[in-house]
Amino acid sequence: MPQVGRSSPVYDVVVIGSGAGGGTVTKVLADLGVSVLLMEAGPMFNPAKDIKEHQWPYNVPHRGVGPKGDGYFGRSGFTWNATFGGAQLEGEPYTVAPGSQFSWFRSRILGGRTNHYGRFSLRFADYDFKPRSRDGLGWDWPISYEDVSPYYDKAEAFIGVVGTKEGIRSAPDGVFQTPAAPKVHDILIKNACTKLGIPCIPMRSAIITKATNGRPACHYCGQCGRACMTASNYASSYVQIFPAMKTGRVKVITNAMARELLTDDAGKVRAVSYVDKNTRVEQQVRCRTVVLAASACESARLLLNSKSARHSNGLANSSGVVGRYLTDTVGSGLSGHIPALEGLPHYNSDGYGTHMYVPWWLWEKQKDIGFPRGYHVELGGGFGMPQIGSFQAVTQRREGYGLGLKKAIRDEYGTNVSFSGRGEMIPNEKSFCEIDPEVKDRWGIPVLRFHWEWSEHELKQAQHQVRTFAEIIQAMGGTTTGGRRGGNAAPGAPGTQVISRGGAIIHEIGVTRMGDDPNTSVLNKYSQAHDVKNLFVADGGPFVSNPDKNPTLTIIALAWRTAEYLAEEMRKGNV
Amino acid sequence: MSEYSRRDLLRNVALAVAGAEAIDAQQAQHVHEMAAQSKDAKSGRYQPKALSVHQYATLERLTDLIIPPEGKSPGALVAGAAAWIDMLASENERLAAIYTGGLTWLDHAMLDRSGKNFVDASPAGQTALLDLIAYRKNDSPELGPGVSFFDWARRMTVDAFYTSKIGIEDIDYRGNTAMAKYEVPVEAIQYALKRSG
Repeated sequence: MPQVGRSSPVYDVVVIGSGAGGGTVTKVLADLGVSVLLMEAGPMFNPAKDIKEHQWPYNVPHRGVGPKGDGYFGRSGFTWNATFGGAQLEGEPYTVAPGSQFSWFRSRILGGRTNHYGRFSLRFADYDFKPRSRDGLGWDWPISYEDVSPYYDKAEAFIGVVGTKEGIRSAPDGVFQTPAAPKVHDILIKNACTKLGIPCIPMRSAIITKATNGRPACHYCGQCGRACMTASNYASSYVQIFPAMKTGRVKVITNAMARELLTDDAGKVRAVSYVDKNTRVEQQVRCRTVVLAASACESARLLLNSKSARHSNGLANSSGVVGRYLTDTVGSGLSGHIPALEGLPHYNSDGYGTHMYVPWWLWEKQKDIGFPRGYHVELGGGFGMPQIGSFQAVTQRREGYGLGLKKAIRDEYGTNVSFSGRGEMIPNEKSFCEIDPEVKDRWGIPVLRFHWEWSEHELKQAQHQVRTFAEIIQAMGGTTTGGRRGGNAAPGAPGTQVISRGGAIIHEIGVTRMGDDPNTSVLNKYSQAHDVKNLFVADGGPFVSNPDKNPTLTIIALAWRTAEYLAEEMRKGNV
Repeated sequence: MSEYSRRDLLRNVALAVAGAEAIDAQQAQHVHEMAAQSKDAKSGRYQPKALSVHQYATLERLTDLIIPPEGKSPGALVAGAAAWIDMLASENERLAAIYTGGLTWLDHAMLDRSGKNFVDASPAGQTALLDLIAYRKNDSPELGPGVSFFDWARRMTVDAFYTSKIGIEDIDYRGNTAMAKYEVPVEAIQYALKRSG
C-alpha cells in the first residue's frame, strides 16, 4: 500500500462516479463553494470525438453491425450510444450464482449512463414512498413525497424537462417545458387508449424545447441516445460537470478505479485508494468526506471490499444489508402492425424519440387485477432512420426476393407501433449481490456475484403488461407481431416467457438502502451512512423501493438533497 | 472536416460550459452536415478480400437479384452490398465460411440444372433456383444448405441496401435533420385518422 505524504491535499469531498448522482453532487457542492475531487473509472467525455449524433449508418464501415459483423452473432461490440460500457467489460467480470440470471451494464466514461439513457423523467407518486403502508409488501421509505418534491422542482428547472400538467396521482406534475407535438402513431394509440379507459399523455423527458442555462433548444433529430451536440438533453457530463469544472472548485480524475475506502481510528473515511488505469499504479486521495455515486452495485462492492478490523463485514455494513434488496425494472414489449398507417404520407417523425406514454392507471384497483404495484408504457413507432435489422421482421415474414420483397419493405415502413412496459419490482430476499470469494478483476479487486429471482408479483404484472399492449393494438385495428422474451412477447404466454431478464432494463436499484433503523438499513434519510458519518451515497443504492418510474430523475433529486445536507453538516462541523 | 468547422462543432457542444446563445436551425443543420461529411466513406472500385473474383461476381449478381434496381433507383449492386459483405467476411471466419460455402453451393446447384455457373446462367435460370431457396417451406436435405445460405444473403443484402445512401433515399426516410420546431403534417394526421375510422 503506497504511503500518502503529509503534503498531499485533503479534499473537502471526494465523489466517486460521475453519472446522474455524482454529477448532481458535484454541481451542487461547487455552487455552494465546496471543493470537490470527482473520480471516474473511465476516460474523459470528449463530445467532439465521442458523440456519433447525425452520422448515417454508411458513415461507419460496418454500417452499425459492429466490426467483424458481431451484431449478427449475438455479440454487441458497436453502439451509436455515447456511453462506453455494456454488460461485458474486458478485464472486469462479475459472476452470477447458479440458477440465477442477471446482466450488469456498467459504464466507464465521464457522465456514465446519462450520456445515452432514455431521458425519461418521471416523479415518484406520493404512494410510491410508502408501499408497505399501502399493501404490506416491501418497505416504506423514511422520507415522503413532500421531502423530495422541492428537489424534483429544482432538478426539473435546472436540467429542463418537457411535460404537461395532468393531475394524475400516479404521475405527479412538475416544472415542465412545452413538449413537442404527438406523432401520427401517438394520436392513434391515444385514441385507442381513450376507448379502453387508459390515459395517454405527453412523456416527461429531460429535453429542452427552449434555450435553458445557455443550452439551445432541441433540434429534433431523435438521436438522444448518442448524447447531444447542442447539449439539448440532460447528461451529467455537459449539463453539470463541465460547468462545475469552470468554477475552479472541481478537480476531475479520470481512469481512476476505486479499490477501497480507508478509515481512521475513529472509523471515519480518511482516504480513497484507487488504481490509476493509465499507469496501473495504486494511488490514494485524502478526504474530509466521501460520496459514493459509482452506480448502486459498484458502490455496494466498494463498501463490501473496504474491510478492516473494525469493519470486518465491510464498511457501513453493521446491518448486513449492503448488497441486499437488489431490484431492476419489470420489462416487457410487444409490437403491432397497424393497417391504418399503411400508405401514410412520409414525414420526419424523429422528434426526440418517445413523445407520449401511458402512466399507471389502476392504482385504485390493485386488488381487482391480482397483483400489487404498477407499470407505465413507453410508445414507439414512426419512420425511423433505417438501421441494421430494421427490416428483418418483414423480410422474415414475407420471404422471397426481388421487387416483391422491396415493395413489402416499403409498404411496411412506418406501419408498426411498439409498446414497452416498465414496472415495479418488489425487493425480495433472493435478489442481491455479494463479493465472489474467488474471482477478481484485472486490478485484483474482488468482483460481485449476483443472485436473482423474480417473484409471482412481477411475473403476473409482466403478463398484464403484454395483455394490455395486445388490447391497445386490437383497439387500433392492428395485429400483434413478434415473439422475443423481454422485447416482443406473445400475449397470453406465461410471465416467465415475457418478463425481461434481471438487469436487462438497466435500472438496478437498492443494495445500500436508507431507513430510520440502523439494524435494517445502511443509510439515514439523507443517504448518510448510519455507521460512518462522513460517508454518503448518491446513486440508486439508497432507494427503498423501485417504482415504475425510471430512476434517474429521483437519483438527481435525492443527490441534490444529500449534497445540500452534506454542505450544511460540513459548515456546522458535524462531518 | 476543416479545423474551423471542427471548432464550430466543439463550440456548439460546449455551449453548456460557455453559456452562449441559442443556435438557429440553419446553424444546427450545418452541424449535422459537418458531422455526416466527416465520416463519408471513400469511393473507388472495391477489391474483394474474403472472396475470389468469381465468388465476388456471383455475390454481386445475387445481391442485385435480392434487391434489384427499380426505375431510377439503383439496386443492391450499385449500393455496394457485395463489398460490404465481403469486407465483414474478411474479418470473420464464420461469415467467410457461410459465403464461400453458400456461393459454391449455388454454382453446384446451377451446374446440376443448366450446366453453367450461377453467374453465367440465364436470368430465368437464376430466378428459378432462387424461387426454391427463398422460402423456408422448401427446406429439404437437397435444398437445405441453399435455403439457409439464402437467408443469410437476403438478410445482409437488405441491411446493406437500406443502410446505404441509395437505400435510405429509396425508403424515403425524411429525418436526421435539424428542425427549429417539431411539426407533424396535418395531412398525415388526417390520413391516418380517416383510415382508423
